[in-house]
Amino acid sequence: MAAWLFLFLVAVGGAAAGMVGALTGEGGGILLVPVLVLLLHVNLHNAAGASLIAVTMTSTAATVTFLHQGYTNLRVAMFLQLTSIVGGIAGAMLAAYVPVPALMMVFGFTLLYSSYLSFRRREEEEPDRPSDPLAIRLGMESSYPVLGGWKFYKVRRVVPGSLLMGAAGIISGLLGIGAGAVNVLVMDQVMRLPYKVSTTTSNFMIGITAAASVGIYVRHGYIDPVLTMAAVLGIFAGAIAGARLLLVVRAKLLRFLFSTLVLAMAIEMVVKGVLRWLP
Amino acid sequence: MTLVMRRMEKLIGMVLLVGVLASAVTVLAGGSIFLWRHGSDVVHYRIFRGEPSDLRSLAGIWDDMKRGSGRGLIQLGLIFLVAVQLIRVALTGLLFLLSRDKSFVIITALVLGLLTYALFFAGRG
Repeated sequence: MAAWLFLFLVAVGGAAAGMVGALTGEGGGILLVPVLVLLLHVNLHNAAGASLIAVTMTSTAATVTFLHQGYTNLRVAMFLQLTSIVGGIAGAMLAAYVPVPALMMVFGFTLLYSSYLSFRRREEEEPDRPSDPLAIRLGMESSYPVLGGWKFYKVRRVVPGSLLMGAAGIISGLLGIGAGAVNVLVMDQVMRLPYKVSTTTSNFMIGITAAASVGIYVRHGYIDPVLTMAAVLGIFAGAIAGARLLLVVRAKLLRFLFSTLVLAMAIEMVVKGVLRWLP
Repeated sequence: MTLVMRRMEKLIGMVLLVGVLASAVTVLAGGSIFLWRHGSDVVHYRIFRGEPSDLRSLAGIWDDMKRGSGRGLIQLGLIFLVAVQLIRVALTGLLFLLSRDKSFVIITALVLGLLTYALFFAGRG
């Protein structure tokens, strides 16, 4: 295939991934890597490299809009970022000592269940429970924009959320998968934040988490500038469009989209684990 | 949320916007140079070859840039993008400093330190 056509197709794939990634707070890697590998026959190393940089672009471009609109909770973001990044560094160091296929399967089944939980939650029917005292002390409670004004929200189970992020960081360091989906799951299911606050706060975090791995990827030579260029430019356009849509898209639809992505990721993990485990 | 916080959030948003535009424009310029020269070449990425060593270090990328290489310019744009991540953590720390939130100044400083460590030193050697 001629370079211009190939790069154009990469950019189109990037735009789609960027839009979904910005809306769901997942970053776009779950979509971009399969598009590059399965449809455009890019090898896994270069696809992962391009996707890593592309995720920092989704995160940065969409955060411009989300910060302006007032969705992102910076205190929750930084608090979770701390354990997540510690876990990520530890996970990368542990990689040589852990049975990865078994871990993939366990993690896959955990995601499968999480996808179901995430699909099932109905925020509007939940009883009003008080915030975690620690969340109040740390000033994490805030409000977010809804049609026609602002809505105050509470923040629950801060320490379990933070510990889970650490565990998720270790797993994503070990398995080399993005942390976006887990960010949203922890904020939505454990800390019980409003859905759009969870996705936008995750969106803020993923760029920082991805940047932490850039050094290693560059030193391994995984990042091909030309391929990454096309992916990043596509993602840039897609993420800006996706971020603008967030205000009007219903949380229910986002929840469905996100749960489907997590389900796909879960199946992929289980299948990969089984394939690697078999002799 | 205090007014100072809200204003600082908007300021961080503005800095991100400038950074992300600078990165996208540089990457686009590099991509255009590349396409101008190699647009009709046949490409395949089926097999992983690894980047040449000149694109694995800042000095190498700088040399490529000076020769007007499209790949060098793209790399520069991507470096902007990664630098923006460091800058925004630092700015978030500044926001907490201005709102006299000691716990979060410490948390953000730790994140910045760990990010810098991971970016420049992790997995080396």
